[in-house]
Amino acid sequence: MPNTEFSPSIDSRPTYGGLVSQGAAPAIMVADEAGAQALADLAASDASVMDHAHVVLVGCGAATLGDVKPVALYETPDLAAATPLVTQLLNDARMGTQLYLAGSEGLMGHVSALAIAAGMPVEEIQMEHRGSIARRMQCVHCKGITEDVTTDPFICSHCGLTLFVRDHFSRRLGVFQGVCVDAETPGDVPETVEIQA
Amino acid sequence: MKLALKVTEVEQLSPLVKRFRFEDPTGASLPVFSGGAHITVEMPEGEIIRRNSYSLISDPYDGSAYEIAIRREDKGRGGSVYMHTKVSEGDEITVSAPANLFQLDLRARKHVLIAGGIGITPFLSQLKQLDMEQKPYELHYAARSREEAAGIKLLPQAAHVHVHISEEGARMDLGAILDGQPLGTHVYTCGPEGLIAAVADQAARLGWPKASVHSEAFTAPPPGEPFEVVIASTGETVHVKADQSLLEALEAAKVEIEYSCRGGGCGRCQTKVTACDGRILHNDHWLSEDERAAQKDIMPCMSRFKGTRLELDL
Repeated sequence: MPNTEFSPSIDSRPTYGGLVSQGAAPAIMVADEAGAQALADLAASDASVMDHAHVVLVGCGAATLGDVKPVALYETPDLAAATPLVTQLLNDARMGTQLYLAGSEGLMGHVSALAIAAGMPVEEIQMEHRGSIARRMQCVHCKGITEDVTTDPFICSHCGLTLFVRDHFSRRLGVFQGVCVDAETPGDVPETVEIQA
Repeated sequence: MKLALKVTEVEQLSPLVKRFRFEDPTGASLPVFSGGAHITVEMPEGEIIRRNSYSLISDPYDGSAYEIAIRREDKGRGGSVYMHTKVSEGDEITVSAPANLFQLDLRARKHVLIAGGIGITPFLSQLKQLDMEQKPYELHYAARSREEAAGIKLLPQAAHVHVHISEEGARMDLGAILDGQPLGTHVYTCGPEGLIAAVADQAARLGWPKASVHSEAFTAPPPGEPFEVVIASTGETVHVKADQSLLEALEAAKVEIEYSCRGGGCGRCQTKVTACDGRILHNDHWLSEDERAAQKDIMPCMSRFKGTRLELDL
């Protein structure tokens, strides 16, 4: 399964160019179960990319990587558990370190926000979308974040407002923006549909 | 915006470098700026007005004065010599409001500042800003001799301020400076073109992203052979003298044209070429290789012309 093609949207909507090996440079790689296959494909294209790579797997085990052997491999149950580990790796990293992210938009958005906070230019982050097209959404009203949103509109898991799924994305926070869908006419809520790629 | 100021201090920092302090004659506060900003100073002499841009070296948050440091260039077109020989305390002087083409990227986790010679000047205001914002930085200042290193007097004594005097055998080692910097570091270079290229080259070899590498070169318009341009809207012919830039010749002929940096870096004076029979001598840092080759645009602050006809869309 290749990198997901998203339909054209506003210019600011993130797009993912797919992973391209930058050679045997120091690297941090973060992937979920679907994204792990992109890392395996990357290693198959250039085995040396794993020579100095620290791989953080989120919600899956080493077996998902097959026989790919990075210098260090960390297994974490979820993004919350992966966050301090990835932050530590970014803080210890030197200039020239490459960052490869693969999997859901929620994972890539969250980790790229950590990398931007660590001073990394966003255009230097390699990303490849695999698997679920569920989004990580921030409610612009209460600022709470709802994970794994697959429908539009959806209910904010924090304040309960019905939110319209926008393509507007905060790179600082790594989340799409959700805006109250019935603010002008309370109760007038459009039909719920599945989010499309 | 132009500011009519008064010269309140002139200090000889080194045999070739003088520091100037300008204040509002009524004591009013001046617009504050950001580290790395410059002002354009007007130098009227006889019929001509020279305008040179100089980096501000004073505290960006201090509106009581602007300070600049100027190196005397005896082979230049006369601006720095004018400042060194004709300007003294108590004189009136006209300057532009500050503009910045060399600002810090405050998203960086750490800043590495590399100066060669008089290229120290923009960093003097930047490090005041970095101190104020409590951002980690290190400064490396390379000069030939201690006597020539005018910046030493203006730099704080601190563990993260490094002076490299080549005459004393302490040459700057760019590999050692750049290797192993933490992720999120940005590097800024100001000085000779060779130093700027060497830093960019070393950073690329260490895998630094291009977006983390910044530079500013001080460029003055080079003199050259005289030439003529035609103004498309009026048909008027403007003569450009050997020691005059095209921008200066247009200004002298009262042709309206915008400008800012006067050093080929900001893009403000970019002008369309409507006819070109000859070769544009591009001396700017603004146009791309393709744009240069196309000969459809010229930066009048820096570039010259060799040929039979150059017509400008002015």
